[in-house]
Amino acid sequence: MELSNLWAGFATALTPSHLLFAAIGVLLGTAIGVLPGIGPAMAVALLLPVTYGLDPTAAFIMFAGIYYGGMFGGSTTSILLNTPGESAAVVTAIEGNPMARKGRGPQALAAAAIGHFAGGIIGTIALVLLAPMIADLAVDIGAPDYFAIMVLAFIAVTSVLGKSRVRGFASLLIGLTIGLIGLDEMTGQSRLTFGSLHLADGVDVVIVAVGLFAVGESLWVAAHLRHTQAEAIPVGRPWLSRSDLRRTWKPWLRGPVIGFPFGAIPAGGAEIPTFLSYVTEKRLSRRKDEFGSGAIEGVAGPESTASASAAGTLVSMLTLGLPTTAVAAVMLAAFQQYGIQPGPLLFQRESGLVWALIASLFVGLVLLLLINLPMAPVWAKLLRIPRPYLYAGILFFASVGAYAVSGSVIDLILLYVIGVIGFAMRRYGLPVLPAIIGVILGPAAEQQMRRALQISDGDLIGLVNSPFAVTVYVVVIALLAWPLARKLLRRREPGRV
Amino acid sequence: MSVTEEKAPPRSWWRTRSELGVCAFLFAVGVLVLVDALRIPADFTQRGPVGPKAVPLLVGGLLLLVSVLLARDVLRGGRGEAEGGEDVDLDAPADWRTVLLLSGAFLANAALIGTLGFPLSSAIMFWGAAYALGSRHLVRDPLIAAGMSLVTWFAFTVLLGVPLPGGPLMGVL
Repeated sequence: MELSNLWAGFATALTPSHLLFAAIGVLLGTAIGVLPGIGPAMAVALLLPVTYGLDPTAAFIMFAGIYYGGMFGGSTTSILLNTPGESAAVVTAIEGNPMARKGRGPQALAAAAIGHFAGGIIGTIALVLLAPMIADLAVDIGAPDYFAIMVLAFIAVTSVLGKSRVRGFASLLIGLTIGLIGLDEMTGQSRLTFGSLHLADGVDVVIVAVGLFAVGESLWVAAHLRHTQAEAIPVGRPWLSRSDLRRTWKPWLRGPVIGFPFGAIPAGGAEIPTFLSYVTEKRLSRRKDEFGSGAIEGVAGPESTASASAAGTLVSMLTLGLPTTAVAAVMLAAFQQYGIQPGPLLFQRESGLVWALIASLFVGLVLLLLINLPMAPVWAKLLRIPRPYLYAGILFFASVGAYAVSGSVIDLILLYVIGVIGFAMRRYGLPVLPAIIGVILGPAAEQQMRRALQISDGDLIGLVNSPFAVTVYVVVIALLAWPLARKLLRRREPGRV
Repeated sequence: MSVTEEKAPPRSWWRTRSELGVCAFLFAVGVLVLVDALRIPADFTQRGPVGPKAVPLLVGGLLLLVSVLLARDVLRGGRGEAEGGEDVDLDAPADWRTVLLLSGAFLANAALIGTLGFPLSSAIMFWGAAYALGSRHLVRDPLIAAGMSLVTWFAFTVLLGVPLPGGPLMGVL
């Protein structure tokens, strides 16, 4: 039955107009991955206004293309410039850049691109197999379970990610506060509106996402703009020799094993799994001596892992409505713009949309391989774009998006205020992701919590009366207790880091 | 104790601990959320055991708690790590002039978009922002700005069906 759904999805995804949006998505995604200062989350946020004019299928096909494309493009800057375009590509720079400096840039680019393709395909196949199963299992979950999942999301983004927990929580609370603004959905009473009719509608999530990601980033870069730009290493067309292939095919296949499960859980997207993949490849390699000075396995493995983790992220986003990365959070906001609630029922209610989206992932990966393998040197030219134009353009599209929400100048001012908050967060090391998750999930979490307590008539037991919720809270407690446990472990092994 | 500390002017204590400003901000927001929550009349419209007050009270309380914890961390020497990036040079001191010029360009757009319309006002913003960031091409900059705002205006009003104000300029065309 799933197979027939998937074929139907392909039939939708392969229509000319949807193919066009897939192509736009992967081209934009690759460009954004290569461009400094702009990541896939910001790109999807800037494109949220298209949800006013496009049908949801086309919009999500494009967003998925941007997500996957950003992964492909991010590795190019890592390899040629030693500055990762995306957090997922940080590890790639370790081996990729030395390879490029030794003249093996084409091989590094090819290992990365094919790695992304392999990881993406395997990850997406796993998505096809697992997502409907998870949705079926989760279809009976009720308000207390949803609330538990959201609490897990809040705790995970603040505790697993980032260097400082208290700063993560500060960021989350800023997001939750912004989410409170407006009328209470259950009683219609105004909260934090200060008598403003405009604020009574709440702050549109487009404005929050664009403000935090785009305006905040532009202001932050403006304060510390690097005036001497690093030169990219010139490179030819990517290709692999037979001996390179012999070294890379196993890392490509191992990547998804690490990446996919990590993407599906709220553990900070691709950063941890790519690092784990790197360590694994280093351990398994027969040429450990090359690691650190340009080992191709250290590019192939992590890149495959990164793409597979993107597929894993989509599993929890689509089946549980649980965003584990910034891109997934902004895509969730896009679903909300259409009045669609991702979750177990999505596969029943919006079957056509979901399967078209999944099919378009396969289409997008093929397109990405085609445009990335032969054209990597062309993409690298994007790095030469003058920075004033790049950041002026980001501000330009940010204000277009905010203004298009309701054609109101107040929204532009709100956008600026949130941008200033985003600037301060970057200055003082407050991560942005918890804030955005707080804004997007906060109101929904409050509704589910109040609904659960309504059913139990105010008894707090109502929040933990299902095995599912209890399990999730055990995970939450484990996450909260983890630093304590780690401290104890460290004390026991003083010599090791 | 050390020589540098004796030499340093009294202002630098605050400068190195400017993160306390974040704590003050969080504390102020927390108080605001609490005060706002307490004035919600929750007695008659309340449906269910948990009214519209509960979550704001929780969030406000946690904001106060986190602001205190963060202040403790800062006073103990903890520092939030400024975010790096490809175009970010953290060794250079903050360039406030650029930030203010950029903010000016952005806010000018907010002030002008109603009267001048989207194409003109956005073009001015793009040019202003590029200027603020150091671009000084007197011909190329405005041309790119005009091209971008016109293309975007047509894309939104014609292709996406999202109306943006054309202003007097589009009235002429």
